[in-house]
Amino acid sequence: MGNFLSWMLPPGASTFVGDIDWIYYLILVVTGVAFFAVEIALVVFLVKYRKRPGGKATYVHGSTRAEIIWTSVTAVVVVVIGLLSAPAWDKIKGREGVPPNAMPIGIAAKQFEWNITYPGADGKLGTTDDFTVRGQLHVPVDKPTVATLTSVDAIHSFFVPSFRIKQDAVPGMHIRVWFQPTKVGEYELGCAELCGLGHYRMRAIVTVHTQEDYDRWVAQQAHAVAQR
Amino acid sequence: MATTATGTTPFTYDHGHEHVDDRSFIRKYIFSTDHKIIGIQFLIMSLTFLLLGGMLAMVMRWQLGFPGKPLPGGTLLPDTYTSGGVVLPEFYNSAVTMHGTFMVFFAIMPLLVGVFGNYLIPLKIGAPDMAFPRINMASFWTAVPAGLLMLAGFFVEGGSAAAGWTSYAPLSARSDLTGVHLGQIFWCVSLIVLGLSSIMGSFNYITTVINLRAPGMNWFRLPLSIWALFVTACLVLLAIPVLSGAAILLLFDQTIGTHFFDPQAGGQPLLWQHLFWFFGHPEVYILILPGMGMVSDIIANGARKPVFGYTSMVLAIIAIGFLGWGVWGHHMFQSGMNPTLGTTFMISTLLIAVPSAIKTFNWLGTIWKGQITFHVPMLHALAFVSMFVIGGLSGVFMAASPFDIYIHDTYFIVAHLHYVLFGGSLFAIFAAVTYWYPKMFGRMMNPTVGKVHFWLTLVFYNCTFFPMHQLGLHGHMRRIYDPTQYAFLKDLQPVNTFISISAFLLFATQFIFAANFIMSWFKGEKAPNNPWLDNGLEWTLPSPPPHGNFATVPTVYRGPYEYSSPHSDQDYIPQNVPTPGGGYGAPHTQPAGD
Repeated sequence: MGNFLSWMLPPGASTFVGDIDWIYYLILVVTGVAFFAVEIALVVFLVKYRKRPGGKATYVHGSTRAEIIWTSVTAVVVVVIGLLSAPAWDKIKGREGVPPNAMPIGIAAKQFEWNITYPGADGKLGTTDDFTVRGQLHVPVDKPTVATLTSVDAIHSFFVPSFRIKQDAVPGMHIRVWFQPTKVGEYELGCAELCGLGHYRMRAIVTVHTQEDYDRWVAQQAHAVAQR
Repeated sequence: MATTATGTTPFTYDHGHEHVDDRSFIRKYIFSTDHKIIGIQFLIMSLTFLLLGGMLAMVMRWQLGFPGKPLPGGTLLPDTYTSGGVVLPEFYNSAVTMHGTFMVFFAIMPLLVGVFGNYLIPLKIGAPDMAFPRINMASFWTAVPAGLLMLAGFFVEGGSAAAGWTSYAPLSARSDLTGVHLGQIFWCVSLIVLGLSSIMGSFNYITTVINLRAPGMNWFRLPLSIWALFVTACLVLLAIPVLSGAAILLLFDQTIGTHFFDPQAGGQPLLWQHLFWFFGHPEVYILILPGMGMVSDIIANGARKPVFGYTSMVLAIIAIGFLGWGVWGHHMFQSGMNPTLGTTFMISTLLIAVPSAIKTFNWLGTIWKGQITFHVPMLHALAFVSMFVIGGLSGVFMAASPFDIYIHDTYFIVAHLHYVLFGGSLFAIFAAVTYWYPKMFGRMMNPTVGKVHFWLTLVFYNCTFFPMHQLGLHGHMRRIYDPTQYAFLKDLQPVNTFISISAFLLFATQFIFAANFIMSWFKGEKAPNNPWLDNGLEWTLPSPPPHGNFATVPTVYRGPYEYSSPHSDQDYIPQNVPTPGGGYGAPHTQPAGD
């Protein structure tokens, strides 16, 4: 439990960890400094300027200089945070940000399951060797994957905490979301947008394979589809 | 500058004699046009909804802290709510939705705007009542059926609305997706009716502040509470019609077969989100600005010092009021809207930190070199500042859109919004209720009981909401009925249990407040006219003030924060007292140019 009261982010497994986590730690430091400065000043003032018999409060109405200082310092700090954050946003969510070599998959969210369509051996969606698997997202490691996300009913939200990626799946829209896993292993995909009674169990397993394992898995699935 | 010479007020007074109040009981206390009674009516209504909203939160915390264990007393609930006493997902989603709806629309908003807007505006500006007393009465009696209708959702087939307080379409529009039909319709109709109440209230406040200020009460002598309530009323008047319009469209989708939000027939789900948050973000400031204003009044009083940087405080309120219209997109960073908008909304959202910081630093400036008295309202006001800082700073994390990708819709946002709405608004409400209680009811609340309530609330509140930041940082999604479904959340279960136990203690602590509130009403010490030695006009009146407020129209000579002025022998000087020796107090509080 002690571990979970820490301010560290849990380990991640995609390239976005490098793009996003440092922004968090930067903001943590900046807001941490502001937090301690304000709260310590508050407590010090409360103790130091508590009512004393015969004491008189200082009759002042403010200080234009102080107003200018704290207004401009705050404005500069937040704008810098914004400017530092903007490139990561463009890279992850920008329409130009999707790597051209990304492997395409299709994800159709539905109450309360994730249906994932793979391109098969030809690497292209919309061809006859596509196949669809429910509740299992398989991707190769160290290679970008781009999912075209949609929903057939309510709004859902595609969320893989270890990949630091989240994108709503909206009925009637086809939203592209990409990520590049960096570690082989199993992760969890959850729904982050209230979507009905089964929202809490709209879960899927994400398996990150080596390229060879991934190809083997695709071949297996293709075989199973052919036998159906 | 003199906008309110005596001759321009529509009310004339002949108060050479004692005012005789011969209204019947019903006209005096039920269908009253007296802004003070209407304020107290709103107080009772919204505290009731605060209790109901709190109870629903306890249901959620039980399920999250002890998933699958029977809810104490759960077997008494209908089978559609619990099974063998265990909370069902149906009941959980309904609790999620109605907790948010009650708290935002029927507790916090009426507590701040309905109660204190009504009670304080005429008294603090020296007016006999609101500009339109009958419309004011209509505003309250429109809010009541809206509340009853919202509550009625629990008693109809399918239960109450269950699509979240944000009611995202198409989930909220299609009963086949939620399993709730009538409840969702009631939600829409109730908010449309409540919207009428808010609109009637807000234009009344705006008119009153503009037209009914006493002679000498120029704009820069207005208490910050009144500035904040005035800007809030402007936001309400402009934002609520957007919600009403959206709710009407949603109601049409639910009932007469339109498809505004249903893509299967050409509708657009994101339209709902744009409309909802175009209302919803100004709404966030509606829920905090009045608290900021009242806390400023109370902190100056507790510190016995003028508010530091009064003009900056006013400008910050106005800036928040304006900026609040340009940030709604940050609720939609992950919604699939054009990502280019993400950067725009990130910058506008981050800029809101500037007026918020101005306010915080000025509150610190106000207590600096003061003579601080820790009366119960002051304790709550200081807690407001301290907790609002946390809520404000945690907002920066989500404003940074790349990091928002990770924490959007997790417990981090739940922590943030409760630091603003509970740590901020509700502490401000406790401060304001305890501060003006003597004026409202003519009796003092028990200060010892008040301090016990304050300290327990502060501790249990932080134990409840602070660890939610950590849950969010570990990716814990919000609004999930059973977190143990996920392997990565299993280890967090002890944190959830800890939060739940803290929440139960926090809830239990509020009965101390309720007991103090009710007992003091009947048995409290009689309140003097001015128990806190405040400069405001309301404190020159008896507690409680009579119908019609001021026997003679007061003349205002200075701003409301002239504490410890060298022009007075005492450490305060009421706004209506002529300055001894004819001076005018501080240079920036020159009299109206008349």
